[in-house]
Amino acid sequence: MASYTIPHAPGFVANDAPRIVTERFDHPDSYTLERYLATGGYEGLRAALGRTPEEVHGEVRSATLLGRGGAGFPAGVKWGFCPPGVWPRYLVVNGDESEPGTYKDRLLMELDPHQLIEGCLIACYAVGLSQCFLYIRGEMAVAQERVAQALNEAYEAGWVGRNICGTDFSVDIVLHWGAGAYVVGEETALIESLEGNRGMPRLKPPYFPAAIGLYGQPTIVNNVETLANLPWILRHGAEAFTAIGTPTSPGTRMVAVSGHVQRPGVYEITNGTTTFRDLIYGDDYCGGMHRGRELKAFVPGGGSAPWFTPAQLDLPFEASEVGPQGSMLGSGAVMVMDDTTDIPAAALTLTKFYAHESCGKCVPCREGATWLERVLRRVCDGTGTPRDLDVLFEVGASICPGDFPHAAVPERGLEPKPFPYQMTTICFVGPSAFAPVHSAMTLFPEEFEARVAPNAHLDTGPSDGPASGTGPSDGPASNSISEVAIRV
Amino acid sequence: MSFFTEENRSLAREIIGRYPRRRSAMIPLLHVAQAQAGWVSEEAMVEIAELVDTTPAEVLGTCSFYEMFKREPVGKYLVNICATMSCALAGAAELMEHAEERLGVRAGGTTPDGLFTLASAECQAACTEAPCLQVNYRYRYRVDADGFDQLVDDLAAGALDDEIPPHGVTARVRQHIPAGRAVGAVPPEAVNEPPVWIAAAASNGAGSA
Ligand SMILES: Cc1cc2nc3c(=O)[nH]c(=O)nc-3n(C[C@H](O)[C@H](O)[C@H](O)COP(=O)(O)O)c2cc1C
Ligand code: SF4
Ligand code: FES
Repeated sequence: MASYTIPHAPGFVANDAPRIVTERFDHPDSYTLERYLATGGYEGLRAALGRTPEEVHGEVRSATLLGRGGAGFPAGVKWGFCPPGVWPRYLVVNGDESEPGTYKDRLLMELDPHQLIEGCLIACYAVGLSQCFLYIRGEMAVAQERVAQALNEAYEAGWVGRNICGTDFSVDIVLHWGAGAYVVGEETALIESLEGNRGMPRLKPPYFPAAIGLYGQPTIVNNVETLANLPWILRHGAEAFTAIGTPTSPGTRMVAVSGHVQRPGVYEITNGTTTFRDLIYGDDYCGGMHRGRELKAFVPGGGSAPWFTPAQLDLPFEASEVGPQGSMLGSGAVMVMDDTTDIPAAALTLTKFYAHESCGKCVPCREGATWLERVLRRVCDGTGTPRDLDVLFEVGASICPGDFPHAAVPERGLEPKPFPYQMTTICFVGPSAFAPVHSAMTLFPEEFEARVAPNAHLDTGPSDGPASGTGPSDGPASNSISEVAIRV
Repeated sequence: MSFFTEENRSLAREIIGRYPRRRSAMIPLLHVAQAQAGWVSEEAMVEIAELVDTTPAEVLGTCSFYEMFKREPVGKYLVNICATMSCALAGAAELMEHAEERLGVRAGGTTPDGLFTLASAECQAACTEAPCLQVNYRYRYRVDADGFDQLVDDLAAGALDDEIPPHGVTARVRQHIPAGRAVGAVPPEAVNEPPVWIAAAASNGAGSA
């Protein structure tokens, strides 16, 4: 045990929806082996070991467990992509959580590390993965401690390592930790990093990890939350899992809602049926906008996702509905902006993030993201020109040629442009730098036009009326991007 | 000529032993070096190169890619204030202004007494608890101006020494695989058969338990 008290990670808010991955979160000792075993822990593994690997794989396939890392690809299908007869195969757990707005994997690692360990074991057993590397984001010191502690306990008790539960199933789980680079969350960059290299993404094809991954071997990369679902699925069966949610998006998922709501928090929601309106306005969830404000816009799926406005509130957490409306569900992160938000400045915080995190491997991202940041900053400062707005779209088109996805704007008769986009880059960092710029400029063009009007830098704020708060153009006194000052 | 202490040398060997290829231990070993000295020196990189069978230039290449590795000394406490969207929506910019004023340095700077380095950081996966910061990668949530002042006072007074170790030390609980329980790491080229439980299931047509 750690010799000091680790503060309990805050943020999780329980409600009446079914709970799969957060079932133990209410116990203050949820992270201990003792609590885990007293609450059904390692029973999923026992159930798995009583069946053949193929049967276990089949159970996961019929559960339609969608990946929770961002792309939403079914885990059971991905597991089937390992080329037959090529050994060894590895499991790499993606615990690099760093997409803006995303906060769930850290909770799962800090509050229920044994659940994740059990999930890793089930995956290894089913697919014949002979070693597991659990890659935790470098900045998450406490998650690393909790997982290390849990692994030490699990090894001692015979749940991990040689001859697990007295069977011939043997696997090591190695805790690995990163050192701060967002792009390393991309699965091929994660593998590069795990090989001791600069974390730059590889080209797909040919480097699909399931075919050519760690050390050139077949490698399954799964997100922490994806794996954390496996013990429950093996314990209760795929049928119980698909009874929750919808056939195409079964089970639950964790969603972090941040920004201008009454009760920001991490919620485990029912997949496929819960809507953004439920989440933002529901009494069981965020309880509406803070300070009686109006909703202006929200990012539905992490910083990379195109934005929505109140017109999209009734969409459920279902990829086949959100995609055609111009965005994605991504990593389960909703960021909410009220009517005082300075939209260009909000977009800048995200574009700056992706520009800073560009690994530099491909030109459109390395140069383009930096340009987007510089030009947008100029616009926000009130020193931009109308021509700058064209430049932003031109640079964006060099990263993502063709129409970029966006939401409908009913007042202007603008139809949605469905997801996804085309791209000239190796990974999604480049397009992600453009997404906030494109969304902000498409949904709120008037805020940009006002910013580049002659003498805009002399104005006292963004120009859309009394609701506007203090913006960057207020001068050096404040850089706030909305009315909210530091919360008290 | 040895950078690592005897204890850290054996820790390094233990870590290396868990990977099918030594080079995979590079980032963990850079962390061990940074935990020992508070930053990563050339001397440390040369020694890591030897330990993982590569060149110092390769180690520098990896080291310089990652934000957490500091190649020159920083303050005892690295204060990273999140500036990404959710925190910005909750007043991260004002928090940074306040922090700069309180510490008397701009973001990126270190106080003359060497106690604090202030930095602007990116999303820390605590977005619902905005605005947030990390001191040596230990969280503080929903930080306001008074909370920040209190934190600085407490750190300066040594009141948080138990919870927050000096810069460089991240996790203090480490994985330890007991020898008798370890499966062991083998280079991938030494394996070309399925693991036993897969082979057994294939030949039995039944479960391995
Ligand atoms: C730039 C970028 C960053 C990513 N970051 C993460 C991350 O932090 N965690 C994660 O699980 N997946 C991340 N992903 C997605 C992974 O590439 C991969 O799809 C995922 O880990 C697969 O797991 P899943 O199928 O279980 O979702 C990222 C992708 C991109 C393009
Ligand atoms: S898109 Fe950006 S982050 Fe991704 S590989 Fe290219 S340069 Fe690197
Ligand atoms: S935006 Fe600050 S923690 Fe995510």
